[in-house]
Amino acid sequence: MPSLKDLRNRIASVKATRKITKAMQMVAAAKLRRAQEAATAARPYAERMDGVLAALNQRASREGASPLLVGTGRDQTHLLIVLTAERGLCGGFNSNIAKLARADAQKLLAAGKTVKILTVGRKGADNLRRDLGRNIIERLDLRGVRQIGFSNAEDVANKVLAMFEAGEFDVATLYFSEFKSVIAQKPTALQLIPAKLPETTDAAPAGTGQSVVDYEPDEDAILGYLLTRNVSTQIFRGLLENAASEQGARMSAMDSATRNAGEMINKLTVKYNRQRQANITKELIEIISGAEAL
Amino acid sequence: MAQTFTFELVSPEKVLLSGEAEQVQLPGAEGDMTILPGHSPLISTLRPGVIDVVFAGSKSRVFVRQAFAQVEPDRLTVLAEKAYDVAELNASAISAELTAAETELSQAKTDEQRLVANQAIAALSGLKA
Repeated sequence: MPSLKDLRNRIASVKATRKITKAMQMVAAAKLRRAQEAATAARPYAERMDGVLAALNQRASREGASPLLVGTGRDQTHLLIVLTAERGLCGGFNSNIAKLARADAQKLLAAGKTVKILTVGRKGADNLRRDLGRNIIERLDLRGVRQIGFSNAEDVANKVLAMFEAGEFDVATLYFSEFKSVIAQKPTALQLIPAKLPETTDAAPAGTGQSVVDYEPDEDAILGYLLTRNVSTQIFRGLLENAASEQGARMSAMDSATRNAGEMINKLTVKYNRQRQANITKELIEIISGAEAL
Repeated sequence: MAQTFTFELVSPEKVLLSGEAEQVQLPGAEGDMTILPGHSPLISTLRPGVIDVVFAGSKSRVFVRQAFAQVEPDRLTVLAEKAYDVAELNASAISAELTAAETELSQAKTDEQRLVANQAIAALSGLKA
């Protein structure tokens, strides 16, 4: 049976923890709003880019197209780009992404493929190091980056493109967490190279659908140029989605932590009061029986 | 009142400029061009250079790099990875960009990269003067 003093200390420490988790939740909520704004602001660019790419994809010739679109013709070496957070305490956020990447990596390894992993964010590397440590070829981290900018995505993209040009991999897949809502984040795998372009239906928006578009320089040159840019745009989108998901996950994790702490404090307080009452009763009995004995 | 069309300048991070423009001058990959309302549909990459936008009543000059333009009869969208308002550019910012372009030039492996870096340097030197 813990003493009264122990119980008091316990309650004080749980109260302190609750204050911390509550504060973290509120910080996450504020950061989430900013991350969501950034993600929304980035949407027009990606949408336009998708639109142009889809239009070009239909027109450009298939032969001699950039290997970024049609692939290298092999699928022996796979590059997994795993985007995770820099910090923990956000529920299953990091481990869910890592779990998806790990499952895919093991499937590929079992099929006899070569797997290379590039991690962005410290937590992903920590998580995959134990069983796939040999496959991690590079880890980047974004520590000290307060607001993710396009240049961060560009750095990653340049590295990936340089590796692709050097023929170090055939297929690249991006792993990140898609932001559905504050309580739902979905780990997602997105094939980056060869690019999966959105298909346009023939019933394209009226007015633009049938018009003949001039291309300067020709379609293939523009497509080649845009495909390179598309890699950084997609990585940027992944990073932003991830940032929003991370804060969302942290917010709900901290919310339940705060609630748990509250429940624990209630239980401990009840226990503390019972114990105190029991001590008083015991002392009274001792006094009374002492007086009776005289 | 002159005819206008919708002009939008979008960077990966946000929409930088948007409004009704009367005419826009673009540094196209195959030569400068001026877009007026009702232009035929066109998609073009842009050289590093300055975009001149004439809004109804105001003007804007923006320096862009790694950009391309999508022209439709009633709208013009420029997607630029880097864009700076010329009015806000000061000498030190231009010099910084110039140094970056020069490094790019020295590291360029293909003729195309060299061309792009040279164009950037030319455009920036023009701004500086």
